Amino acid sequence: MTSANDLTTKLEAVDARRRWLLASPALLTIFLAAIGPLFIVLAYSFLTPGDYGDVKWQFSPDAWIGVFFERDIFDDTLSLATAHVDIFWRSVKLALITTVATLFFGFPTAYFMATRNERSRDLWQFLITIPFWTNLLIRTLAILQIIRNEGILNTALIKLGMIQEPIQILFTDTAILIGMVYVYLPLMVLPIYASLERLDFRLVEAGYDLYATRWRVLRKIILPLAKPGIIAGSILVFIPAIGAFVSPSVLGGGKNMMFSNLIELQFGQGRNWPLGSALSITVMIIVMAALLVYARNNSAKDERHA
Amino acid sequence: MRKGFSVRHQPGFTAIAIACFALLYLPVVTLVVYAFNSAPSVAAWGGFSLHWFEVALTNSDVIDASVRSFQIATVAATLATVFATMAALATTRTRRYRGQTFIYAFINQPLMVPEIVTAVALLIIVAQLKAVTGYSGLGYLIAAHTAFCIPFAYLPIRARLENMDLSLERAAADLYAKPLYTFRRVTLPLLWPGILGAFMLAFVLSLDDVVITEFVKSGGQDTLPTYMLGQIRRGITPEMNAISTAFLLLSVVIVTLFFVVSRKRT
Amino acid sequence: MIRANRMTLLLAALIASTGIAHAEGELNIYNWGNYTSPEMVKKFEQAFDVKVTVTDYDSSDTALAKARQGGSGYDVVVVNQVYVPIWVKEGLLMELDPGQMENFKNVAPEWVNADFDPGRKYTVPWAVGTTGVVVNGDAYKGDADSWSIVFNPPEELKGKVNVVPELNDVMAAAIQYVGGEQCTADKAVLKKVRDVLVNAKADWIAMEYNTIEKMAAGDFKATLAWNGAGFRARMKNPAISFHYPREGYGVWSDNAAVLKDAKNVDNAKLFINFVMDPENAAMNSAFHGYANGIAGSEKFMPDTMKNAPEIVIPAERREGGQLQRLCSPEAQDLYKRIWTDLRK
Repeated sequence: MTSANDLTTKLEAVDARRRWLLASPALLTIFLAAIGPLFIVLAYSFLTPGDYGDVKWQFSPDAWIGVFFERDIFDDTLSLATAHVDIFWRSVKLALITTVATLFFGFPTAYFMATRNERSRDLWQFLITIPFWTNLLIRTLAILQIIRNEGILNTALIKLGMIQEPIQILFTDTAILIGMVYVYLPLMVLPIYASLERLDFRLVEAGYDLYATRWRVLRKIILPLAKPGIIAGSILVFIPAIGAFVSPSVLGGGKNMMFSNLIELQFGQGRNWPLGSALSITVMIIVMAALLVYARNNSAKDERHA
Repeated sequence: MRKGFSVRHQPGFTAIAIACFALLYLPVVTLVVYAFNSAPSVAAWGGFSLHWFEVALTNSDVIDASVRSFQIATVAATLATVFATMAALATTRTRRYRGQTFIYAFINQPLMVPEIVTAVALLIIVAQLKAVTGYSGLGYLIAAHTAFCIPFAYLPIRARLENMDLSLERAAADLYAKPLYTFRRVTLPLLWPGILGAFMLAFVLSLDDVVITEFVKSGGQDTLPTYMLGQIRRGITPEMNAISTAFLLLSVVIVTLFFVVSRKRT
Repeated sequence: MIRANRMTLLLAALIASTGIAHAEGELNIYNWGNYTSPEMVKKFEQAFDVKVTVTDYDSSDTALAKARQGGSGYDVVVVNQVYVPIWVKEGLLMELDPGQMENFKNVAPEWVNADFDPGRKYTVPWAVGTTGVVVNGDAYKGDADSWSIVFNPPEELKGKVNVVPELNDVMAAAIQYVGGEQCTADKAVLKKVRDVLVNAKADWIAMEYNTIEKMAAGDFKATLAWNGAGFRARMKNPAISFHYPREGYGVWSDNAAVLKDAKNVDNAKLFINFVMDPENAAMNSAFHGYANGIAGSEKFMPDTMKNAPEIVIPAERREGGQLQRLCSPEAQDLYKRIWTDLRK
């Protein structure tokens, strides 16, 4: 009996090793080109900025202090880095609003797609994949051309007599928001659609048979069953949104900075690579924390239901 | 049941959905329409013209950037798909073994980190490597693109693997087929549509990438998106619209191919 | 299986093409965006059978950072005069001795010797310009000959002003506005400068380089910008005009040089010589809208430029021009800190 057990464990070990080997090229590439460099960033965040960019290899905690505090140029007092807090708040705020907005528009869209008959479902999926696979820069440019002062939106509104002067939308937070919702909407729709497609509508029918209103059926039956999709979609939107670069660059005008623009500044005119590194690590920590909270919340909920 | 009551209907959902689709396409359609504008500004309509397409096609910077985008995307997508297939095979249809969750988390890591952070990290490390090795070719960009394409190729292949019917492979084993032979003749053909689909997704993602490429590229290594970003920052002409239209056409072709391939139900 | 083989071949060919080098001569130019005349480049390509690639940069800082990394792949680079001493000190530029080149005799006398490149060992003039205020006359009809348009905008322009995010130009303008001395490191003066800038920012709509198109399209109604950009904007929209502030305005030059680690040195030298020819310089000017520091090029310039107010400085403002120069490290550090404060 023991020799049979030994044999199975040995076979399992061989199997495991073979699997590790199979996975190794993927793991190696990701380590070298994605995870490994992050450690270098961490190291850089503790160095001193060079005169014209890059770093001098001497230890300095200034970068990390600089993330949270700023020293007044003229009286050397240390105070909270309000500008950083503003940018942090703007990024989180815009990312959250984007997530909620895409959820609000995306859920009905996914629901609509999932409730079409088999043949047309393919068509709708096709129609939503095209914007999804279109370059984000092109989509942002499209929004720019619509909302600018001489763009379609303003020209149409003026022609209809609804306004006299063009509304200044471009270069505001709203512009960035519009751009991000437009770009990330397919990312929210697709996972929810995947969830809803598997929805067994007999459960919904049962709800109606029990005299539930449409609203209750939505809240108590459909939404909970679509939850995995909603969660996946929210994560897929929130993470890129908080680190968004193209939308604030093109639509924000250089004044309404989000995290990524602030970080880019440090590697450009700011000439402060360590600070840029520290800020990047900060963003990562925030995202990881959000994910952890979500994950913990989820498993707790599952335990309660079980 | 009440007459005419549809179980599936939710009030307002259809209206919102149709509006969403319309709004999703409106900006892009506008972009395409203005690519045919003869006036030099995107504000006024000056009449139908193919002028900007001509400008874009004869612009050697645009051609260079496009060719480079394609080169990088092809190599990166191929590598990513191959590596991802191997990784998917390694992590599915097996009892739990040591490190399985670790591999899974590791492979999906690029999805969990905002692009700007990865871009910055790569900027630093590539700067160092350039100083040390003196190499400044496309290799860095290809490696970076492969890395972030792997999770996107991995997930659909893994999903397809998990849904595959094991009985065919068991049958092959019963017939004394060697594992490698089974893989080539049974598993791979069944998996092939998934692999093709994953390749296309990786290809598109690599073509589209802006942030990482922008930070990692060296001199003269513009890809189409970084070229466009530069132009947008400096002065938008309808040439941008023409380039965008061409790019869009390409996306439509790829999406169509993707759907044709995936619809082949095996 | 046959299909798979064909696909593999195709894939292999595509991968192989990644490594194929170009057969003819090459030249890589690194320059400000929208600043190199495609016509002039084409003329050069045809004359010398060289394939030219122009890569754009957004700001002097980006350019310096890229070059310092090494292995940038560029041969010719155009550098703002204030930065030239930095590039020289960092060992980034090749000692060219352009005085020996055939066309050097065409360089205008006032630009032959330069503070930033004594004896002209590394650079030749590419363009010469001024920094001032560009205003859309339809939006604001008052007196625009002052930096107050940008730093304390009148009611009609509040929320419609853009400022080009170029550190040296904006700092110099702000110092001129508060009446300070050029390159001052006086903390009292700089505190005023910082406050002026930070308060003005609330009235700005953006900080972007793309002034020509956005002024013409009406996204901006006024901007701090360079005269060439003002000229090109006026060509698109006649209501736009360029103004020389009475408090003083910056005068600068951008200069072409060869990178020390350039791969195509011969072609680079040919190009440097090429741009000093009056006809070619005029071709370049016709594109970017600035004067070029090459004597004799005036007769080849387009008529619109010959007497344009953006190119020919009005007599009453001639005194106010301040030639930009590199300030002391102490001043530079203070400026950088003010600038980062402003941009956050």
